[in-house]
Amino acid sequence: MIRLLHRWPGLLALLPVLMLALSGAALSVFPAAGRLTAPPAASSLSVADLAGRIAAHYPGVEQIKRAPSGRITAYWFNGDVAEAATIDPSTGEAVASADPNQAQRWLTNFHRSLFLGDGGRIVMAAGALAMLALSVSGLLLVARRAGGWRRWFAPLKGPLAGRLHVEIARIAVAGLMLSSVTALYMTASTFGLLPDQPAALVMPADVSGKPPMSVATIGALKATPAAGLRELSFPAADDPADVFTLRTGTGAGYIDQGTGAMLVWRGLTGWERVSETVYMLHTGQGAPVLGLILGLMALGVPLIGATGTLIWLAGRGSRPHLEGNAPLARASTVIFVGSEGGSTWGFAASLHKALRGAGLEVHAAPLASFDAGTLTHAHRVLILAATYGNGDEPASAKGFLAKLAAVQAPPAAPLAVLGFGDSSFPAFCGYARRVAELAAAKGWTELLDMAMVDRQSPQDLARWGSGLSTRLGLPLNIEHQPVLPAATALTLVSRRDYGADVQAPSAILRFAVPKSPLWRRLTGKGFARFEAGDLMGVIPRGSVVPRFYSLASASGDGFIEIVVRRQPGGLCSGQLTIMEPGDTVSAFLRPNPAFRLGGGKEPVILVGAGSGIGPLAGFIRANARHRAMHLFFGMRHAASDFLYGEEMAEWHAQGRLTSLITAASRGRRPHYVQDALRAEAQEVVRLIRGGARIMVCGGREMAAGVSEALAHMLAPAGLTPAMLRAEGRYAEDVY
Amino acid sequence: MMKSLLAALALTTALSLPTAAMARPVTLSAKLKDYGGNNAYLALYVTDKNNNYAGTLWLAGSRTRYFEHLAGWYNATGGDTSQINGITGASVGSGRTLEVTLDLKDALFDQGYTLHIDAAAENMRDSPNDVVAPLTAAGAGTPVKGRRYISSFHYSM
Repeated sequence: MIRLLHRWPGLLALLPVLMLALSGAALSVFPAAGRLTAPPAASSLSVADLAGRIAAHYPGVEQIKRAPSGRITAYWFNGDVAEAATIDPSTGEAVASADPNQAQRWLTNFHRSLFLGDGGRIVMAAGALAMLALSVSGLLLVARRAGGWRRWFAPLKGPLAGRLHVEIARIAVAGLMLSSVTALYMTASTFGLLPDQPAALVMPADVSGKPPMSVATIGALKATPAAGLRELSFPAADDPADVFTLRTGTGAGYIDQGTGAMLVWRGLTGWERVSETVYMLHTGQGAPVLGLILGLMALGVPLIGATGTLIWLAGRGSRPHLEGNAPLARASTVIFVGSEGGSTWGFAASLHKALRGAGLEVHAAPLASFDAGTLTHAHRVLILAATYGNGDEPASAKGFLAKLAAVQAPPAAPLAVLGFGDSSFPAFCGYARRVAELAAAKGWTELLDMAMVDRQSPQDLARWGSGLSTRLGLPLNIEHQPVLPAATALTLVSRRDYGADVQAPSAILRFAVPKSPLWRRLTGKGFARFEAGDLMGVIPRGSVVPRFYSLASASGDGFIEIVVRRQPGGLCSGQLTIMEPGDTVSAFLRPNPAFRLGGGKEPVILVGAGSGIGPLAGFIRANARHRAMHLFFGMRHAASDFLYGEEMAEWHAQGRLTSLITAASRGRRPHYVQDALRAEAQEVVRLIRGGARIMVCGGREMAAGVSEALAHMLAPAGLTPAMLRAEGRYAEDVY
Repeated sequence: MMKSLLAALALTTALSLPTAAMARPVTLSAKLKDYGGNNAYLALYVTDKNNNYAGTLWLAGSRTRYFEHLAGWYNATGGDTSQINGITGASVGSGRTLEVTLDLKDALFDQGYTLHIDAAAENMRDSPNDVVAPLTAAGAGTPVKGRRYISSFHYSM
């Protein structure tokens, strides 16, 4: 809902908001320029002194104005000729033209009304309203995405456009809100919708009619500092009944030209003072530094608009068109989707297709449309739910939990919940868990255990799909192609082969980094920037489903490297391991923030086996700062599949690798990497208690073994792998 | 800009004339200089032979908050908007001409009444009495020079 409130005003009002922001930013320099160029006045100068000096040079003076910048302008008649000038207050003489700055006038009229009068003012006010709506909805979205207001400035993840969008907006939003609120106030004031009209100043009847005093001797003007002056109008030369009109920052009054007495004075009303403050805050007139800051923040708007449009374009169409979506009343299988960005819809569509292929009538709908009373015909309900922020409900699931909590009896059709999320967030699949818990509490029969999919992992999806297939007793062919970035052709530069003698044929493949056009760098697609541990999705020929390989290099290395073990009958690994330099493969980058080393000086324990060495080798290669890194590496036989064996000695000599402990599962003393950990238990526990991070990469069994070994070793210290995980000190990349 | 009104209400009520008066259409025409600023507010009003305010003929400009810059008119009326019901129009752009046709009483002419035009524009000077023109039948059609904003003014019957 909030997302919709952010997206549509953003797209519809982009043009007026851009015009407002750019013209506003340009206007913001004028108060500062005015302040710098205004001839300075002594702070002790009174209006009487100032007016006296000016009248001495220009006897026909009619009016003196002081701008908030301090610039003094006098208007007089020289005979019949109207003249005006900027005045040096220290002399009373003209020093510069009084002509209004035409660029400023043009920009002001453009900014306030597009030169279209009241209609234009309303358009621009609507633009300001849109800017305010965007700011407020954006605030809520950023807070929700970061997982709370206290995490407002938390580091950002995801594609560059999204990061830039939030990065700029979370700084600029303060200025944009101030500018838009004050703009709306000023529009309301201009249209007379506020009670801030100046109070009437009534000409007194008892004007002395005496001959005029010299302006420099008038008491009421001597008592008024020039710094507070707005304008002073002189009485008409030939009219003894006329008066001086004085306006200052605090009010306005009439002064008798014969006696110099203030005949009538009215102070500003509270509303007028509010309006003056609002005017100052909006224009920077009288507050030039604030004006410049607001102008700079307004300059963020074009970038926010451009990145916002890119985000919208990237997300558009991610909710697929579902062919043959059966009506709810006829469907035996109902798929409810709680999706935020649309990627969960992608899987829903694949599942929908597979279930239809198996001969079922399937209905898919947003989770928000759940109604227990309409599910009487269904045989099973599948809920696919993403999570937003800190376990919050995703957009298309709005209100579902409340509806479920309110039902008397759960639907008879059994339920399977599949959560989608990113395990790098603390509330991984938090919303799906809440759904599953509430369903269990309500006594809703389970079709399958709740399962979770980490970052659209095809493996996780495949496992859940086969579980569903078994449970239904139907062959399901879920060909899921996640919402994929555009693939790039990567050219193989070199290959090194290992493990052929020990039935573990593996290769280190090195590809050239392709050139990335600007839009790809902006949308975060392509290989413009990557780190070891990020994933390279490879789309093998003859398939649409990508396979993921952890990168063993970072963009700074100047090449893309992966480690591939040829799986018996494996389509993708088979194609990759027969590549020769010059051959190309279709691939894309998927960032993997969950498996990044991060900054810091704490020691790192790297645990990997077989081709899992890839990202770990990448970390070591990039360790130019000589952070302590301890590698536990499991292989079959040091003589055959010691991947990166040649570099290890070099890295150790360079101080990039602190220690290396290998475990070989074949040979004289077979053991595994978890055995090696156990053997070094004392040192490992010491490192972990000292704050070390653990990064594990390899097969699922190996990772489970490592976790178990660590649990055993850490128990006496009162620590568990789960605790380390919660602290972000234990990361796994498992396949 | 052509405005036609059957009666200048404010003026007829402000002026109490002893006899049932004849009225005739009078066109007031003020051409503005190219003063290079935003649209000008103009107040057209009449004073009697003792220089007392007699009534308003026309006020060009819609936002009452700026009326105080029409200093002569504002001082005379205290900015009283009931003086201008039905006789207001849009502000007038630099270099443009304001033309208003009103039914004015014959008794306004050759009786010592004077027409004043106050003018002001945003961020520029206030110009009370930009035009001062005695209302006489003989003066109809004779251009009067303005001081700051108005290049020339005439009325025709």
